[in-house]
Amino acid sequence: MIEVQHISKAFGDKQVLKDVSFCFEPGKTNLIIGQSGSGKTVLMKCLVGLFEVDRGGILFHDRDFSAMSFNQRKEVRKEIGMLFQGGALFDSMTVEENVIFPLTMFTNQSREEKKDRAQFCLQRVNLQDTGHLYPAEISGGMKKRVAIARAIAMNPKYLFCDEPNSGLDPKTANVIDNLIHEITHEFNITTVVNTHDMNSVLEIGDNIAFLYQGELKWTGDSGSILRTDSPEINDFVFSTELTRRLKR
Amino acid sequence: MGLLRDIGAYLILMRRVFTRPEKSSVFRHQFFIEGQNLGIDSLGIVAIISVFMGAVVAIQTAFNIDSPLIPDWTVGFTTRQSVILEFSPTIISLFLAGKVGSRVASEIGTMRVTEQIDALEIMGVNSAAYLIFPKIVAAVLLNPILVIISMFLSIFGGWAATVMTGLGSSVHFIEGLQLEFSLYDVFYALTKTIVFAFLITSVSGFHGYTMKGGALEVGRASTRAVVFSSIAIIVFNLILTQILLS
Ligand SMILES: Nc1ncnc2c1ncn2[C@@H]1O[C@H](COP(=O)(O)OP(=O)(O)OP(=O)(O)O)[C@@H](O)[C@H]1O
Ligand SMILES: [Mg+2]
Repeated sequence: MIEVQHISKAFGDKQVLKDVSFCFEPGKTNLIIGQSGSGKTVLMKCLVGLFEVDRGGILFHDRDFSAMSFNQRKEVRKEIGMLFQGGALFDSMTVEENVIFPLTMFTNQSREEKKDRAQFCLQRVNLQDTGHLYPAEISGGMKKRVAIARAIAMNPKYLFCDEPNSGLDPKTANVIDNLIHEITHEFNITTVVNTHDMNSVLEIGDNIAFLYQGELKWTGDSGSILRTDSPEINDFVFSTELTRRLKR
Repeated sequence: MGLLRDIGAYLILMRRVFTRPEKSSVFRHQFFIEGQNLGIDSLGIVAIISVFMGAVVAIQTAFNIDSPLIPDWTVGFTTRQSVILEFSPTIISLFLAGKVGSRVASEIGTMRVTEQIDALEIMGVNSAAYLIFPKIVAAVLLNPILVIISMFLSIFGGWAATVMTGLGSSVHFIEGLQLEFSLYDVFYALTKTIVFAFLITSVSGFHGYTMKGGALEVGRASTRAVVFSSIAIIVFNLILTQILLS
């Protein structure tokens, strides 16, 4: 569980997050949704400590992350996996070495154990035969899957995904969404996903936070999002022909 | 003002760079990779530059001293002194600032742009130390070796040019080489080289690590890295010469 308590964040005089409070629940796919520029990425980067919040607290199972030093955060970070928008795979390493990297850094496992674990994670994302390739040699969707494999290598308690399916075809996007959803339930992870894809919202949204210009405007789940009468969220949800038809 | 702020940011980054490596086995692995990338890969071009540089110094000296009053060993002596004191340590370091500096800055800058550094941070890795420290150590250990090789090859180049062009004899050249040889000069040269190696890798690492923006800025960051590490070399060359030779 991650509790966000009244956090605010500004860049210069531009207020990006305004007093956001929310609870990301364990074993669920928690979504942060909202228009482009609404502050989703900033919120996620605040959660993992890449940005410092101006006000408010972030609690990882009652541990106040925002008040910790770099070394204290290290312990929490070992429990965090993150999937970046572009994958952020290490270019100089093969796919397998990418997945092994956190294990080398933070465990004392033998070479065989690490290889086994990497193979298991790659299998989980259906990429068992690509271990020897470099990131430049695989497709965008495959990169995202490798990034998922790397993110789950350390058995994280918390998984963060920034727009996991942007730039992918609908079918591959669906595969990635379902993968994240399954892994979340399988390993009881607290997963946080940024997205503006309505398809993902309806498919995997266990717990949804809707950001509107840096403010939390609505919370709920995939069942209730089609039935709300908040004008901002209706505007967001029913912005495409497909969703408008869905409503009728 | 801007410069002062940059120097402050540079020092703060260096404090993060010089913390104990997370794991010595990982550091060793990185060190060998960087040794290959920054040291061994430069060997060929350093060798070529050195031979030609030495040849030019010798020929210039020979051409410019036509007086019968100047002894025959002057060409060998001057070549040795110029090569050891300035050409090998300073010129080779300036050259490496271009080659290694741009490489370091663009490698780290690309990792910044593609969020690979963020990925390291999220895992709890001290990315500054992980990326920059092995590069500094590799350069500080390997550049002196490159410079020593450069000294030998430059002097060889000078000797070969003198003899082949008939501007002097081998015997006189070698006599000049051996005249009043002082080991302190080599110490001075290698001290400079080590300081320059540190400047090249840390300044370039700084420009790559702290860059903001996209792919276009990576190119700018690597240009800045080369410019600033070259300036740092020139300034510290003056300072160190004052301290060590006065
Ligand atoms: N490092 C930064 N410095 C200054 N302003 C920033 C920074 N990062 C984000 N912003 C601003 O914060 C606002 C929210 O950006 P953010 O990246 O969180 O949007 P987003 O909801 O993730 O959008 P998208 O769906 O397009 O990714 C934007 O207006 C952006 O200009
Ligand atoms: Mg975003």
